[in-house]
Amino acid sequence: MAARAGACPLTQRELIEGFFMEHRAQIIDIAAYLDRLDRSVERDAENDFRFLAVRKAMRELSSEEPGRVERILMHLSDPVVELMDTRDRQNAFGAFPGPEKQS
Amino acid sequence: MKYIDVHAHMTSRTTDDYYQMALTGCVAMADPAFWSGYDHSSPEVFADYFERLTDFEPKRAAKYGLRYYTWLGMNPKEAEDRGMSREVLKIIPEFLDRPNVLGLGEIGVNRVTRNEVATFEEHAQLALDHGQMIHIHTPHLEDKYKGTQVIIDALAEETRIRPERVLVDHVEEHTIRLALDRGYWAGITLYPMTKTSHARAVDMLEMYGTERILVAGACDWGPSDPIAMPKFVLEMRRRGHPEEEIHRIVYENPIEFLKQSPRFEIPKELTPLPNPPPQGGRGQDPWTDQV
Repeated sequence: MAARAGACPLTQRELIEGFFMEHRAQIIDIAAYLDRLDRSVERDAENDFRFLAVRKAMRELSSEEPGRVERILMHLSDPVVELMDTRDRQNAFGAFPGPEKQS
Repeated sequence: MKYIDVHAHMTSRTTDDYYQMALTGCVAMADPAFWSGYDHSSPEVFADYFERLTDFEPKRAAKYGLRYYTWLGMNPKEAEDRGMSREVLKIIPEFLDRPNVLGLGEIGVNRVTRNEVATFEEHAQLALDHGQMIHIHTPHLEDKYKGTQVIIDALAEETRIRPERVLVDHVEEHTIRLALDRGYWAGITLYPMTKTSHARAVDMLEMYGTERILVAGACDWGPSDPIAMPKFVLEMRRRGHPEEEIHRIVYENPIEFLKQSPRFEIPKELTPLPNPPPQGGRGQDPWTDQV
């Protein structure tokens, strides 16, 4: 079969034989993290923007459309290209908290 | 395989890390000016930092046969302080003629504020006024997309910019096209928690090709890996990429970009300096210094 532009040089079979186990471990770790959140001693962050962003990202994982990484990164990004008047903090959170929590 | 790490904050690393890098094929690295994990207290501290980047570190690297280059600037993490940044900008020209200085970097924005953009633009002006190359830091995590867009827009306003002399670093899948489409070099940094894993770096190369793309370890004082590059080489091999393609990414591309600076020399074979090292400069002997 001729290689497509942008193609990974490995076949699907090779990608499964060579890389399945490490990704199996990763997805089980995510499941365990979600279970741990459910088992936490206090459910005090059900609506935390990071938790909600993870849930949204997981929906993207089950998409049949290519481009999942880019879409997840955009789900996690501040989509509005506007300058802040002054710096509120130095560090990023990893997910966009929404404009109401920016300051 | 020989490699050049185009982004490695060696001031944050131990001498053992230089040793590990040399053992794994590194022949040269570039260390862009960085944030120390806390804000500097005065412009004079930056002068000391630049002294270290241009004098002490090259000697420490040379003990392992490594060529050490640097970029100077005020890291975006501190760029909100306009008063401080103006003072630092006055200091930088004193160091631009040092033999291992490639240009201004890593400059850019962090939280994407008006002050950060103003500081970035003044750094870019300084670089252009002095004919220097530019190494750009794009923001972290949720700020990356909008910050990259703001930086690209700001650069578009400057007619003197030559895109082939600018590295837009820390690109990810949602920003790589912003850099490549405008003719800039795009840098992928192997920082699995907050930036890019080895596997995703290979993905991007498969999708966008090898032209004008650099891959770097970006080790610093945080969770990071001074030998991320050889691990990336291994990932390329696991994915079935030919040796010549890997060589292009980790060695030839860095040379193609960096040789645009007249100070960059194509590394020769590893020739560690003898012990004791040459005298001169400030700081302790990097080979035998004691804690």
